Amino acid sequence: MSSVHSEVERPPVEEARFSFSNHLYDWVSTVDHKRLGLMYIVSGLLFFVIAGIMATVIRLQLAFPNGKVVDPDTFNRLFTMHGTTMVFLVGMPFVAGLSNYLVPLMIGARDMAFPRLNAFGFWIFLFGGCLLYFSYIGGGGLSGAGSAPDVGWFAYAPLTSRAFSRGASTDYWILGILVAGIGSIASALNVIVTTVSMRCPGMTLSRMPMFVWVMLIDSWLIIIALPPLSAAQIMLLVDRFLGGNFFNTQSGGSAVLWQHFFWIFGHPEVYILIFPAFAILSEVIPIFSRKPIFGKPAMVGAVAAIGFISLGVWAHHMFAVGMTSWSNTFFTASTMLVGIPTGIKIFNWTATMYGGKLRMDTPMLFCCAFLFQFLIAGLTGIMLATGPFDWQLHDSYFVVGHFHFTLVAGLVFGLFAGMYYWFPKVSGRMYNEKLAKWHFWLFTIGVEITFVPMHFLGFLGMPRRIYTYAPGRGWEFWNLVATSGLLFQLPATLIFVWNVVHSAIKGKPAGDDPWDAWTLEWATTSPPPEYNFETIPEVHSGRPLWDLKNPNDPDWRFE
Amino acid sequence: MDAVLTQRVPPPIGEWKLPDRGAMGIIFLIVTETALFTIFVVAYVVYMGKSLTGPYPKDVLDLPILASVCLLSSSVTIVFAETALKKHRLGMFKLWWLATIVLGLEFLVSTGLEWKKLIYEDHLTVSTNLFGTTFYSLVGLHASHVILGMCFLLLVMIVSLLGFPIETQERRVKFLSWYWHFVDAVWVVVFTVVYVIGR
Repeated sequence: MSSVHSEVERPPVEEARFSFSNHLYDWVSTVDHKRLGLMYIVSGLLFFVIAGIMATVIRLQLAFPNGKVVDPDTFNRLFTMHGTTMVFLVGMPFVAGLSNYLVPLMIGARDMAFPRLNAFGFWIFLFGGCLLYFSYIGGGGLSGAGSAPDVGWFAYAPLTSRAFSRGASTDYWILGILVAGIGSIASALNVIVTTVSMRCPGMTLSRMPMFVWVMLIDSWLIIIALPPLSAAQIMLLVDRFLGGNFFNTQSGGSAVLWQHFFWIFGHPEVYILIFPAFAILSEVIPIFSRKPIFGKPAMVGAVAAIGFISLGVWAHHMFAVGMTSWSNTFFTASTMLVGIPTGIKIFNWTATMYGGKLRMDTPMLFCCAFLFQFLIAGLTGIMLATGPFDWQLHDSYFVVGHFHFTLVAGLVFGLFAGMYYWFPKVSGRMYNEKLAKWHFWLFTIGVEITFVPMHFLGFLGMPRRIYTYAPGRGWEFWNLVATSGLLFQLPATLIFVWNVVHSAIKGKPAGDDPWDAWTLEWATTSPPPEYNFETIPEVHSGRPLWDLKNPNDPDWRFE
Repeated sequence: MDAVLTQRVPPPIGEWKLPDRGAMGIIFLIVTETALFTIFVVAYVVYMGKSLTGPYPKDVLDLPILASVCLLSSSVTIVFAETALKKHRLGMFKLWWLATIVLGLEFLVSTGLEWKKLIYEDHLTVSTNLFGTTFYSLVGLHASHVILGMCFLLLVMIVSLLGFPIETQERRVKFLSWYWHFVDAVWVVVFTVVYVIGR
């Protein structure tokens, strides 16, 4: 090699560019959507590990009756920080990171619509996350020992008032999430404008890949549903710092209003979190079934319908506060309506597989497991949507089991599918399929062992958020089973991390299009150059790469 | 149909024009701001008449007619400024732009005087009662948006007075005026809820 290059005179400046500080400067000052997307995902994974360690401690504490691993106050902080981190610092950066990395590539654009706003969104998000964790040092305020927020991830009033929440821990919760939320809104705004204004010639809305469609609707939901949380948090700040009365019941304020405002944000939020999984499945399943997606217009319509309905279901989190029977009926009915478009989606994914030439690589395995597990999560959701049923099991481990099935057995499986699917594109190298299969099976078994018993514990009457329990209530066995799932989940996660790190450095070169796929991101090199495409592509159908590979039978003839 | 099925070359795409990204950006910013304001308006409406102690709105609030007229007419003057800029009549642009700033400032001064009266004469603060909490939050949130808009208006004024060729920034001036119209529209809602229905 050296003899080939010996004639080329290399200026010394080029050598100096590879110093560590230059490299760091490149990453910190970047406005490239791919680098920002990667930074979102890497910081999301870091927070995922931190929140996972918290979950491990929580499960160890609950493994046996009268657990003594942590004291009650620490336990309250653990479940608060675990929930807050998983929703705002793991789920949201994955939404932003995936859409940042993939949307411009999929619509044939060279960057997002507002690259600097994009960088602002990422750094303000990271700053918000660090602010939340700084509470471990600064939460006690000037007076003394630090502590993290301990008010639960939905921070119900009046627990958050000055009287019950002393020190600055709750303020860190408010400000950290408020700041991170601004970043999420900035990123979502960017995704919307990018999809509306930056599509390459020929990329009509009907030809847009499903992934872009779902992320567009997801971003739309973010810019509508996140401001209510910001508004409620500003009101809480007014209460805490200016002596306001928004949630102060003693001067006529309403603690229930906080619940309304929080869940007006909070319920759309869970759809915001699950949509990336929908987006990933809608790309992975067709490629690994060698069939175009079944009923694409119905799929887009179903996502839009879920997004729309999700704005009107929030009070199903509040059946137990004693609303009017009309409200209970309305929110039971509207929640059950969500089941119809979700059913359409599951049907269409299955119909895409039906009669296809299935390739059971790891991304597809995660998608298949998603279908089963998300179906169960949806069914327990329908159960909880029924007011009287919810009165029985509200705030019990059944609820914990339900939402961990949607978010871990659903969302996380979708994210793993996506990460394996796009890993060759992002790194230019192939992951180790054998290790990935180990990861899949260990993780699936671990998730089932941990989260299925939680449903039973709920039926047996175990409330959520208790730091320990007395023996003799029939909870010991299932708690121990749930904790033992860690023996599978932890090694699975370690295998995943090892696989990603090792393959990114030493994996086999993957080539530009290892999966024989159809969307535009596979048309450029792996990893894509900074400018994405040498020439802006032109598309004539929903599967531009199919047209290129099959000039005798292109899709555009049938559109 | 058969002709299409044997065609080798895809039909040409023709003219490909997508919406201006700046315009889309400002429109969706307005959408997300609307969601923020909606929650504050809802909180105000929910707590209307729920204060346990005085002072109550009907005792202390006066209709801010002058301020409202000023703010709403600033929406008209900014359109005049925009039209002048489009016709490259820079003198007229600066004049109408200055008028917009003066009208906006008058609104802010009126709000400040109103708050001074409420605080010092009527002893209504954020912590006095629910009315105080919701009133200062909603009106204050709106006023902070007016202040933000005012900063950008002043920026445009200063750079154009310093000789910057502002006519090259017609697009951005237009987007700023959209934001200003939004702030005015929010005031119509706040005025109706706080001073008409809530009194």
